[in-house]
Parts: sequence; structure tokens; C-alpha cells
Amino acid sequence: MKINIVLAQIKPKLGCIVHNLAMIEGCIERAISEQHDLIIFPELALTGYFLKDLVPDVAVSMQSPEIIKIQELSKKISIVIGFVEETIDHLFYNTAIYLENGVICHAHRKVYLPTYGLFDEQRYFARGEQFRAFDTKFGRMGLLVCEDAWHLSASYLLAMDGATTLICLSSSPGRGVDGEMLGSAAAWQKLNSTTAMFLNCRVLYCNRVGYEDGINFWGGSEYVAPSGESVIRAKILQEDSIVAILDDGILRQERIVSPLLRDENLSITFNELQRIATERGKTWQA
Amino acid sequence: MAGLTANVNLLKQILVGFVRDEVLKVGLCKVVLGLSGGIDSALVAFIAAEALGCENVHAICMPYKTSNPESEAHARLVAQACGICFSVVPITPMVDAYFENFQDADQMRRGNKMARERMTILFDHSALHRALVLGTSNKTELLLGYGTLYGDMASALNPIGDLYKSHVWQLSEAMGVPQAVVDKKPSADLWDGQTDEEELGFSYHQVDALLYRMIDCRLTYTELIAEGFSSDFVDSIRLKIQKSHFKRRLPVIAKVSNRTIDIDFRYARDWGM
Repeated sequence: MKINIVLAQIKPKLGCIVHNLAMIEGCIERAISEQHDLIIFPELALTGYFLKDLVPDVAVSMQSPEIIKIQELSKKISIVIGFVEETIDHLFYNTAIYLENGVICHAHRKVYLPTYGLFDEQRYFARGEQFRAFDTKFGRMGLLVCEDAWHLSASYLLAMDGATTLICLSSSPGRGVDGEMLGSAAAWQKLNSTTAMFLNCRVLYCNRVGYEDGINFWGGSEYVAPSGESVIRAKILQEDSIVAILDDGILRQERIVSPLLRDENLSITFNELQRIATERGKTWQA
Repeated sequence: MAGLTANVNLLKQILVGFVRDEVLKVGLCKVVLGLSGGIDSALVAFIAAEALGCENVHAICMPYKTSNPESEAHARLVAQACGICFSVVPITPMVDAYFENFQDADQMRRGNKMARERMTILFDHSALHRALVLGTSNKTELLLGYGTLYGDMASALNPIGDLYKSHVWQLSEAMGVPQAVVDKKPSADLWDGQTDEEELGFSYHQVDALLYRMIDCRLTYTELIAEGFSSDFVDSIRLKIQKSHFKRRLPVIAKVSNRTIDIDFRYARDWGM
């Protein structure tokens, strides 16, 4: 089976849902007309990233007209998109959803909300509590939102839960200009490649571009094959749209060559984690 | 040190993109900047010209009667080299009119007044041209507080505020800033023969090496001494950063309500852009 996947490297306007939704619909319509199977948008594509106190103002519920609109479009193409979700009890999450056949088949609420350096997410968002793989018509997948991917346990859990494709939505700020390539780009590319290789998974990384208050988002969205090789990569610092072709045969071959996941011993990991959880913090050292 | 050697192509791409994006998204297409004849404003002019097209960049040279004539000549040279619009607005009449009444004002008050006079001219021209004012302060001088609050530190956008002076030199060379401007000794040009490095008491290369380790790498005091910096130098630079911090912040507001601007009323400036 071959799947054509669009990574839509867009530039959302900060806090302008109407504008962003129109742009997103345009991308989806184009992808439908080009007969692609799945289109992926970045983290907080509907709203922009440095929202601060705007979070409650741009939050939408799963039943909102905006999400219903995207849901409608998902009858013709599968869609992954990030936005601010407001729950019935008025909590605000940095959420990514996977839609197909007109339904939301999975929602992932960002678990690891970075609150250091230039980030301040935990001040504004509630924390997600789960990493769950889910079935789609293109196989079992897992969603990660940006910082989630930097926690080994997150992608590990998704892979152990059976995901063969990890989709990471990102709003990664570019920084570090003393190397051959942008520091953030180098770090992410290493991470995506390593994650794919360790877990024999495909990694689909969709990052945004544009500037917010002087902070650039560097783009460079990519599809990394289970071997760790970046198969296709979007432009750096510019709007772009690339099409990744996922071939099930490649995944099969890779999993035959390196059956790391088959050999992974879940019970050892589980037992040791339980022991660590019990023991950790019990000894006090000056 | 790696951190002080920039990948100039990447840096240029980010800064040109920054000016283009931040200007166009507010519905404008022009910028104004003060061109002193020095390297910082020259670099900003080159970045702006590349970002917006030279016809959309208005540079103003604002000499005082004691300014070195070479400064204006260099400003003109820079404007010609990147093809931007150029005009000269002398500030002598306004500054002298003011100090008629304060004749014993010292060098610092006069320097600050000149910087603020230039600021009012730039912001007036920003209204005239429907343009944003570009700042030209680099990270070294911003950290040391070597600038005038609401004077040369005032702007709408500053493309080089995260570049140490060492970076400014590298990028200027790469972008084709005229060699005479790159090579000359940096000067605030407030009096005859003044140079920044003489006034500050250290070279930009020395202080950049320290600032990079202190600010960007967050080395401890002990680690800085172990790297060969004298304790006097480290102490004096630390103090300069601390004492000038007020210049890098907005005015402090007394909090009385539940939502106070910049304390718990927090929005990005690019709100809605």
C-alpha cells in the first residue's frame, strides 16, 4: 500500500482563526484535488503559537463550527491539525486531532508543555494525560505535539502501543546560528532520525514557518523512513508543501532487517519502571 | 569561539525574513532608519534593502555641528552602495536652541539630547512615509546599556539586537557594507576623536567573548575566571548589565488591579498579525 501525504508548512496569523481556517481549507481543497490521502498541519495551525492571554479567546470545542467544517472536509481526505481545544469543563489544551471519513478518530492533548527559555505553555494550557496509538485506514498511528517528541517515553509508548507511523506537529522556534545549519533544525533532524531508527517507525514531522514577535519558526518539515533516513524535507524558513509517499513495503523490509521492536521486552521495562517509581525520591542525599 | 562566529548566510536569511515579515504583516511596506555612518546602521540598511527593496528604505543622516564630516560621507556611501533613499536632517538648531537655556549641561546630557532629537525625527518620518522605524542597537551595546533610552534605543523593529558586535562585523562583510565603514573604529561621534572602545575601556572582541560566555552559555563566576577573564573585568561587566537593565524594560507600572499591563495582561505584539 502506498499513501500520499501532504505536509503543509504554513504560516498562521497569530490569533486570527478566520484567516487561518480559510488558508487551511484552501490547502485541504488543493490536496483533495490532487488526490492525496492525508494532509498534516503544524501545531496550533488554527491559531498561531505565542498566544499568551489569547488562549481562551481562540479556543474552540470539538463541536465548534470550525472543527465541524474540517470534519466535513475529512470525508474526502484524512486530516491532522493542531488547535486550542476548550473542554466542557473549560480547560484549554494544545490539541492535535486526526480526522477521517468525517469523524475525529483520535485527539491527542499535548502532555509535555515546555515552560523554560522562550516557552511558557504551562502557564496557559492544561496538560494532556495520555499517549495512545490509534487505527486509521492507513495503519496504526500515534500523534505527538512538538515537545512531546523530546521525551523518549512518549514515542516509545506509541510504538509499543502498535503505532507504525508517528506524526509530530510542531511550532519550533529557530535559534542557534553558529553551525553549518540552524541549531534547532540540526537538533530536530537528529531527533526525528533517531526516533524512527530506534522504533522502526516512520516519522512525519510538520513544522510551521513565519515570525511572531521576532521569533522565527524554521519549517523544514520532513518524512523520515524507518531506517532513519530523511526521504523528503521542506524548505527552511519559507512556506512550503511537500508530498511524502509512504510505502508499506519499506516498513516491512526495515522491520525484517532490524526487528528491534519484536525483541523489546515490555515486561522488563514495566517492572523496572514500577520499581523506579516506588524507590525514587525515597533516599535523601545532601 | 564557535558561538561568536555566525553562519552568515543563515543569519542573513533570518534577519531579512524578519524585516520583511514584520513590516508587511502590519500592512506597511516601508522603513526608516538613522544612518550614522557607522557599521550597525549600515548593516541594518543593507538588511532592509534586501528585505523590502531599496525604494522602500528611507535613511536619514542627522549630524550635529561637532559630528565628524567623515560620518556623513560614510552614511552617504552606504546609502549609495545599497541604493536606498537618503536625506540629511541636521539637529544642530534644535539641540542648540534647547541648551541655550542650560549652558552648563555636561557631555552626557548633550549626547542624550542629540540621540532623542534624532529619535523624534525618525518617528516623525515614520508617520510621513507610513514606515516603521528600524533600530540599530546591537546586543553588545544593549547589554552594556551603551545607548540612550528613548533615543537610539527606540525603534519599532530591531533586526540586529541579538547580534554581538562580532557578529555585526561578520555579517556586514558578507553583505557588502563598504570596507571603509567596516574597518573604521566604532564611535558614537559625540566629540572629536571619540571611540567606543576607548570610552568603554575594553575592546568589543574582549567584551563579546565574556558576554557570550556569561549570557549565552551561562558560565558561573568561577568558570569565567578559569577561562582567563580577570575578576575586575567580570565584576564590572556584570554591574553594567545589572545597572542598565531598566533601559531594556518598559516603564514599571504600579499594580492595583487584577490585570495590569505587562504583568498579567500578556499579549504578543504581533497579536492579530
